Amino acid sequence: MTANDSSPHHLQLTRDGQLRHFLTLDGLDRALLTDILDTADSFIEVGERTIKKVPLLRGRTVVNLFFESSTRTRSTFELAAKRLSADVLNLDISTSATSKGESLSDTLLNLEAMASDMFVVRHSQSGAPHFIAESVTPGVAIINAGDGRHAHPTQAMLDMLTIRQHKGQFEGLKVAIVGDVLHSRVARSQIRALNELGAEEVRVIAPGTLLPKDVESLGCTVEYDMARGMKDLDVVIMLRLQKERMEGALLPSEREFYRLYGLNQQKLALAHPECIVMHPGPINRGVEIESAVADGPQSVILNQVTNGIAIRMAVMSMAMGGQVAERQQKLSERDQA
Amino acid sequence: MTALLDIDQLLDQMESGLRRALEQRGVESPVLIGIRTGGVWLADVLSKRLGIEEPFGELDISFYRDDFSRIGLNPRVKPSSLPFDTEGRDIILIDDVIMSGRTIRAAMNEIFDYGRPASIILATLIDLGARELPIQPDVAGKTMALESHQRVKLRGPDPLRIELQEAGQ
Repeated sequence: MTANDSSPHHLQLTRDGQLRHFLTLDGLDRALLTDILDTADSFIEVGERTIKKVPLLRGRTVVNLFFESSTRTRSTFELAAKRLSADVLNLDISTSATSKGESLSDTLLNLEAMASDMFVVRHSQSGAPHFIAESVTPGVAIINAGDGRHAHPTQAMLDMLTIRQHKGQFEGLKVAIVGDVLHSRVARSQIRALNELGAEEVRVIAPGTLLPKDVESLGCTVEYDMARGMKDLDVVIMLRLQKERMEGALLPSEREFYRLYGLNQQKLALAHPECIVMHPGPINRGVEIESAVADGPQSVILNQVTNGIAIRMAVMSMAMGGQVAERQQKLSERDQA
Repeated sequence: MTALLDIDQLLDQMESGLRRALEQRGVESPVLIGIRTGGVWLADVLSKRLGIEEPFGELDISFYRDDFSRIGLNPRVKPSSLPFDTEGRDIILIDDVIMSGRTIRAAMNEIFDYGRPASIILATLIDLGARELPIQPDVAGKTMALESHQRVKLRGPDPLRIELQEAGQ
């Protein structure tokens, strides 16, 4: 292969196109994204049984490596790994060895020495999971659980699963992403996924101060006025206002933001009557979304949480599967040589 | 390809074998579970032949296979669907071909994750021998051995037919 070898999409696929890491949606084609959704569909059924467990990752060790805290993402990854019968180690790095001066590489070497098979990585630096995937021992799978402002691919895929469940397909859909796109890693992954899966239009609705400079180049249209933006929508995805990431005054006030970009019943009435409402959580009631909408009949916010477990089970088992298949292939090539 | 095997004859064998097995065990209201894909087609046919009105279950054993650590995950996995509670039920488990017995082991592991059945009867269309595990069908449409260059495959669902393939074809 060429100089592109270390680019994320070469890094995350085996030679025959199977997933072996899951770092970004960039470079993953519609067929593979559809495979992930289909596999997740089968895991949803597992979650409805009395015994919600399958033996796929039995005896394997999954380390949740969270350099940045997150309750929902970490707990759904933990539950997903446990439902695949893996052993799970949760490491909250901000409270562990790195605070005693251990470097990232040393932390990783120690975890590898414990014969870990998979790292689920959340980091405030964009590209951290990619860096780890490049330096980790062959055979260990890396899953990106959110890095900086770059990507949050499992969140985007669980959103795609939720949309497909409610709408059947992506063709012809008009989807809007509303709010703090600038600080959102999930918005980038969502725009990428929606375009690859064939949505008709992806719109971002936000004030100019909360949009990245080159936002159209991600593959979306821009609307500053929410009432205009809501027209004909099939899906509206609200983003959380990232208060902790907000540096400087990008907004006049929360109240002003809610007046202009918060989703209430009046604004929702402007969309298609069967428009579904999504939010990655945790929701700021009265900041991005009115309670009557968040808890209303068009809201699928809690479906998203359930689907998050299934998507994470799918991605983890597919990446581990790619790793073991690749290892077997190398062994048999060595035997033939 | 040569069609040496008459599907209707084999289905007759399975039907009468199952009726006998159910009677011997005193089972009155069994449920059928077919293993995807061939076993599901057979479950459909046999539920009609046996007059079982309760919908049959469909099992996809991809998450239970014992070769994940060699070949990874089957990308074409579909959800299993058991439209009844397996707890305490008498189950007829159906597959098209039995060889090593590994598929049946995986299927039984999966069934037990839904609940504890009262009993399981195993019925296959064709028993090819070559077992690697101590699992035997209670009912088989036909027992035969293949030459190393031969393969047998059930095609369907409509019409169902059995293909005996010679290597290289």
